[in-house]
Amino acid sequence: MNIMSLLPLWVLMTSFLAAIVIFLLPEERHRLRSTINIGAAIIKIGLIILLIRLVAQQETPEVSLEVLPGLSLVLRADALAMLFAGLSSILWLCTTLYAIGYLENAPNRSRFFGYFSLCVASTMGISLAGNLFTFLIFYELLTLSTYPLVVHRGTPQSLKAGRTYLAYTLSGGVVLLVGVALFYAFAGDLAFGQTAQMAEFTHTSPIASAIIFLLLIGGMAVKAALFPFHGWLPTAMVAPAPVSALLHAVAVVKAGAFGIIRVVYDVFGIELAWQQGYLLPLSLIASFTILYGSWRALQQTDIKKRLAFSTVSQVSYIILGVTLIGPLGTIGGLVHLLHQGLMKVTLFFCAGNYAETLGIHKIHELNGTGKRMPMTSAAFTLGALGMIGIPPVAGFISKWYLGTGALAAGMDWVIWVLIGSSLLNAAYFLPVLYRIWFLPQQGQWPHESFTQWRDTIPLLLIPALITAALSVAAGLFAGSDLSPLSWARLIVIREYQP
Amino acid sequence: MVHFPMAGLVVFPLLGALVSLALSQRWRTLMSFALILALLLNNALLLLQFYSQGMFNEAMGNWPAPLGIELRIDGLALIFSLMSAIVASICALYAYVYLRPAQLKLFWPFFWFLWVALNSIWLSSDLFNLYVGLELLSLAAVGLVALSRDALSLAAALRYLFAALLGSIGYLLGVALLYATYGTLSLVELSQHFSLTLSSSVALGFMFIGLLMKTAVFPMHSWLPPAHGGALTPVSALLSALVIKASFYIVLRLWTELSLDSAPTSAGLLMGILGSAAILWGGWMALHQTHLKLVVAYSTLAQIGYFMLIFPLLSDTNPHASHLAFQGGILMLLAHALAKAGMFLAAGNLLFCTGQKDLHSLAGLSRYRPLNIFAFGLAGVSIMGLPPSGGFNGKWLIIQSAMLQSQWQWVLVILLGSLLSAAYIFRVFSYTYQEVEGGDRFKQPSPLLEWSALSLSVLSILLGFASMLVLDLLPSHSVVTQ
Repeated sequence: MNIMSLLPLWVLMTSFLAAIVIFLLPEERHRLRSTINIGAAIIKIGLIILLIRLVAQQETPEVSLEVLPGLSLVLRADALAMLFAGLSSILWLCTTLYAIGYLENAPNRSRFFGYFSLCVASTMGISLAGNLFTFLIFYELLTLSTYPLVVHRGTPQSLKAGRTYLAYTLSGGVVLLVGVALFYAFAGDLAFGQTAQMAEFTHTSPIASAIIFLLLIGGMAVKAALFPFHGWLPTAMVAPAPVSALLHAVAVVKAGAFGIIRVVYDVFGIELAWQQGYLLPLSLIASFTILYGSWRALQQTDIKKRLAFSTVSQVSYIILGVTLIGPLGTIGGLVHLLHQGLMKVTLFFCAGNYAETLGIHKIHELNGTGKRMPMTSAAFTLGALGMIGIPPVAGFISKWYLGTGALAAGMDWVIWVLIGSSLLNAAYFLPVLYRIWFLPQQGQWPHESFTQWRDTIPLLLIPALITAALSVAAGLFAGSDLSPLSWARLIVIREYQP
Repeated sequence: MVHFPMAGLVVFPLLGALVSLALSQRWRTLMSFALILALLLNNALLLLQFYSQGMFNEAMGNWPAPLGIELRIDGLALIFSLMSAIVASICALYAYVYLRPAQLKLFWPFFWFLWVALNSIWLSSDLFNLYVGLELLSLAAVGLVALSRDALSLAAALRYLFAALLGSIGYLLGVALLYATYGTLSLVELSQHFSLTLSSSVALGFMFIGLLMKTAVFPMHSWLPPAHGGALTPVSALLSALVIKASFYIVLRLWTELSLDSAPTSAGLLMGILGSAAILWGGWMALHQTHLKLVVAYSTLAQIGYFMLIFPLLSDTNPHASHLAFQGGILMLLAHALAKAGMFLAAGNLLFCTGQKDLHSLAGLSRYRPLNIFAFGLAGVSIMGLPPSGGFNGKWLIIQSAMLQSQWQWVLVILLGSLLSAAYIFRVFSYTYQEVEGGDRFKQPSPLLEWSALSLSVLSILLGFASMLVLDLLPSHSVVTQ
């Protein structure tokens, strides 16, 4: 059993060790580097499967190390942790494959893949963190390891984006640090899930508790790209496509959203947060962000920028779900964490494929791409339909639960937010699909490569197809025991029945 | 009580100084490294002994305290001795590869005198011995700065010398006044009879001004950037990591042993204000430098400011919070020593590659020397106080202490300082990511140079996980209520 309890550490270590080895490898050892990358990703998925089975049997493997007097680093695998870790590990494998294809013949791959693995290690740390202190450490580490990826190209534009990214995330980090430090100074050293003690603290000093809540959520909101802290996300779009995929679908924005979930459920407890009236303002901001993000997405002419604003909007669905008291809303929020990840990573892969294969960056250039790149376009279409919420793609399931959750929580107005946002989603995705499939090609492609392939090179195509298939499967087989939905239900059952 | 002689900590470096003056070039280097090994071993043995036995004293030549030179080792002294051993040995290795033979010839004696001085300061519990240590330290440090022999660093060395002498005079004046009042120079005896009268306040005032001048606390800092920035790379690392800590260490010793925490809060407040000014001013200046090593030197100014924030937080009304601040301060000092030495060495390697001092010349280096940039970055993480690192843990404890005592102003300063340091470190980072026309024309540094920088930086990060090993050496109860 001892070895099993070390599993959380090994999940973290697989990508951390991979990062170190990759940094030490000479630049030209491409084949070995790819092998290490893929090998580590597969081992990690294996470890996560083992962990998920343990957690399903009501066990919580835990590793801890005392780093300061009375303050420990804790890695613990609970049900919620496994939701995020599972998503990250699957998407890591896909993104790694994609990045190997994307960066073929590009310089500085050693640096890129080193930080890339470090970034995944931090994401794993965030998901497995067992208390706020551990969470904070990996949250900051994520900022540090993504910066080199954002500025990877070294152009003035990407350096500027890097500055913006840091200005937002480091300031958010400082706010979070104050929140966490206050929490430890006054509420004490509480692990995730010790909500009863937090309730006691909140009743004796409600103002301090409210300030802590505000600071914690404020710090996380920057990464979750909640309005008005979303500005970094569209700017960071200058990064290479695999980075956008990773930042937007998995690591950074999800770290923020996941943090908010942790704070609401495992630090304060949803009952307490609801009673104290913390949740309503949060759901209002999330709703506004949903509509605002969609509205801004509609105005973008650049494919990646439109996707970026779409992310701003979609991540707030998760936060909205969190703020709806009652099991249905919670399920909606949690399951959207996975669904949005799968769908958005598909869309970014496809955007990257268009850019790499045909040199297309703008939406008006997409006319007729359906004939030249049918598979990529099919994957893109599935992702887009999912975002709108059309069954059977996974996005529908999320919206269904969010809607019923809102009704159950007595917040009927949320339905209008969902409808409005779905209409906007349709307005910014359907014209794109129309261009891809129904409009004829206009003149030459801006910059065509890989002409020997019918669509694009397999390393770029296959990851997109896998994630597209997964987002359909998550919707189609939502009733199965293996689906994200069932796991979200499991978490919710454990949350509401202590 | 049987124990391994701690006198080795002073005798070995003295021996090193003699050997490096007397022997031929080859033997000089060989013996120096043998003695470095001996010192590392001595430190390790003392550490083991300390874990089992606790604090002990030793009278050199068996003369008891008032007459002879008494050495005392407690947790704090041991931490600083270990810190100097680690940083100095890696810097020596670096210097051996980096310096030209003519420079190396002069480097060894100064290096060894520096180490003698440092260790005698860590181990002395006598105000006059501390003075002797301080003087020796300043002279050795000035000599090291002058090693680079260009007009600018000679001017910097001279300026450093004047500042150091002025500091020494202040300190000596204070010591004389104290001796006139209490008739003893031993810190232990002094602490038994000490009371904060007008004359002893004046005496302490002189001593503190002198010591803070040697530490380069704002506004007495202007000698530091040219000296640390202009010196040869291994020297810069030694100066920033160790030398400024010595005078600060004496301030800390005086403050805790003479129970100044129960002095009027205005004294602590003043120290805190000076520290805050240093943090903000140092960070701001670092952000506006165009020479890489000056960025690192100004960063040292800012970091000294953090150490000063210990004082307003040491109070006898809240022993728990006070102890947190003390622990945090020690962690910060240690983390800064490791990280700043690593950062200076990494910066030196970068300048070696380009052959220029300017930040613009760094373009393309993150591709050419990724490992070295990584070393710079890791050290930067600790300096910025981002987790996981020793710097973060220190900052965390100080923030906790300030929060528990409701001294919010220091929290604010620390956070602003962190943002400033992030700004100047990432500014350097972003220069290395730039790409320019004309291809790479870089020299390649020896791997040993890069690995010595990296090892120090990695240690500053590992300290973030192993802080307890250090904190366990300190008394578990508040030093304040001894």
